[in-house]
Amino acid sequence: MTRGPAAGPAASSRPAGAPSRLRSRLESGETTVTAELSPPRGADPDAVRRNLGPLRDWVDAVNITDGQSAHVRLSNWAGSLLALAAGVEPVMQITCRDRNRIALQSDLLSAAALGIPNVVVMTGDHPRFGDHPDAKPVFDLDSVQLLWAARTMRDEGRLLSGRRLDPPPGWLIGAVENPFAPPAGFRAARLGKKIAAGAEFVQTQFVFDLPAFTQWMAGVRDLGLDQRCKILAGVGPIRSLRALEHLRGNVPGISIPDEVDRRLRGVPASQMAAEGQAVCAEIIAQVLQIPGVSGVHVMAPGFDRGIPEILDQAGLARSSTAGGQHAH
Amino acid sequence: MTTGGDQRSRAIAAGPRPVRPRLAAGLLYRIQHLLAPNGFYRWLAGWLEASRSRYRFFAATERTVKNQVFGCRMCGQCTLPVTGYSCPMTCPKQLRNGPCGGVGSDGSCEVYPELRCVWLTAYERAGQHGRVTDLTLLQRPVDQRGWGQSSWVNYWQHRDDDLWTADDGLARAPGIWRSDPVQPVHPELPVHPELPVHPGLPVHPGLPAGRR
Repeated sequence: MTRGPAAGPAASSRPAGAPSRLRSRLESGETTVTAELSPPRGADPDAVRRNLGPLRDWVDAVNITDGQSAHVRLSNWAGSLLALAAGVEPVMQITCRDRNRIALQSDLLSAAALGIPNVVVMTGDHPRFGDHPDAKPVFDLDSVQLLWAARTMRDEGRLLSGRRLDPPPGWLIGAVENPFAPPAGFRAARLGKKIAAGAEFVQTQFVFDLPAFTQWMAGVRDLGLDQRCKILAGVGPIRSLRALEHLRGNVPGISIPDEVDRRLRGVPASQMAAEGQAVCAEIIAQVLQIPGVSGVHVMAPGFDRGIPEILDQAGLARSSTAGGQHAH
Repeated sequence: MTTGGDQRSRAIAAGPRPVRPRLAAGLLYRIQHLLAPNGFYRWLAGWLEASRSRYRFFAATERTVKNQVFGCRMCGQCTLPVTGYSCPMTCPKQLRNGPCGGVGSDGSCEVYPELRCVWLTAYERAGQHGRVTDLTLLQRPVDQRGWGQSSWVNYWQHRDDDLWTADDGLARAPGIWRSDPVQPVHPELPVHPELPVHPGLPVHPGLPAGRR
């Protein structure tokens, strides 16, 4: 067996960091809604506030991406701090693309110390697709190993080196999964690996293909994973022909069924945005009917202001009081 | 078909690229039994490690054979027996725990769309022999000091015994630490130039009491 540090009480002090409202919401069993924001490419701190302002009363937390699509942006932790300042609970995404295990653990610790209550761990897009295809990729750890390291830091109070953390961090740990990428027969088991490593919630790739998602969820339930991890279905509107063709042609791992494609192409260009939003709202309502789904993760790059309307259409409007209940 | 030398230069220039194994998984599962650690192999490994030139010759042979068959890059900590003999270190992201979310619907690698995802290859090859559960094992982080080492020697010396672990499904999940991480055997061996082995690096601290 491993000669790792002996089991037992990790560090004496309480885990550090702010309590996660996202955790409370997920544990409450009520429909949870998260959104996603790419921090600005620029040095304007107000950009985050402007983008997040409209979402504050509609979502439980907002992912702050980490150089999404391997493009340079304001960093994940800085974006998360700006979200906190804007009154929105951040979920700091962290990828293995740009940092080795030393920097990854440092940034995770920093997140806890700065009051960032949630992290989502992923491998990250290869630099080849980003704005610096000439960059050196790191990939010292993979997503499962980083989830495992994060859980070890929090629950065992130790680094990968074995050194103690005092106090240990206290974040909620999340993962991502793509139910639609091959091999379909292994995608639920892969989520199982992430849960074994430490994931407490997962946000999925865009759901457009409901039958495929329903089938994946059946596999997830068969393995009992919905009992060990909260599942948020990824959703988002396709608002233009260009966006549709980009998603179909250039974004690996996204499945858009012909039926959805026909429906979007079947309306005049001027109505496509509205139709895309309607499709998104319908998908939200439908995924929430699937047993084991705890909520949705709304991704609408460049269209954050439209998220409340979509949620409203999907019947997820909230009362104006902070932390209010769903009005449906 | 490219030569091993070409492949190596390309790998160094552009990072890992998916390689499709050139031998059938069934044959390799059978060969695996022949290589399983025993008293003889342990003696052999010790004998090889006792001499720099013997070890270098053996590691070079291993590199040539495994590079031809698997595109081996000599990480020194081989997972092939539990990945359907499809090498995860030829994944452009070097994922040790399964495919990323970018696999194309046709099974293509996200980074090199003309090549097949190594994890899809692993899934298919393991599946043909009822070994898909191998892929659910949790693979511990790579010890980057192991590059250039002979993984056969490490295997026979039982240094690889806990490269991976199963999800035990219990509340207390398995530890992330390896009991006997690889350590520089002959650090002057040619290694992947991006990943220098530091001569004189102390052995993994093994978490001595003083550092807790």
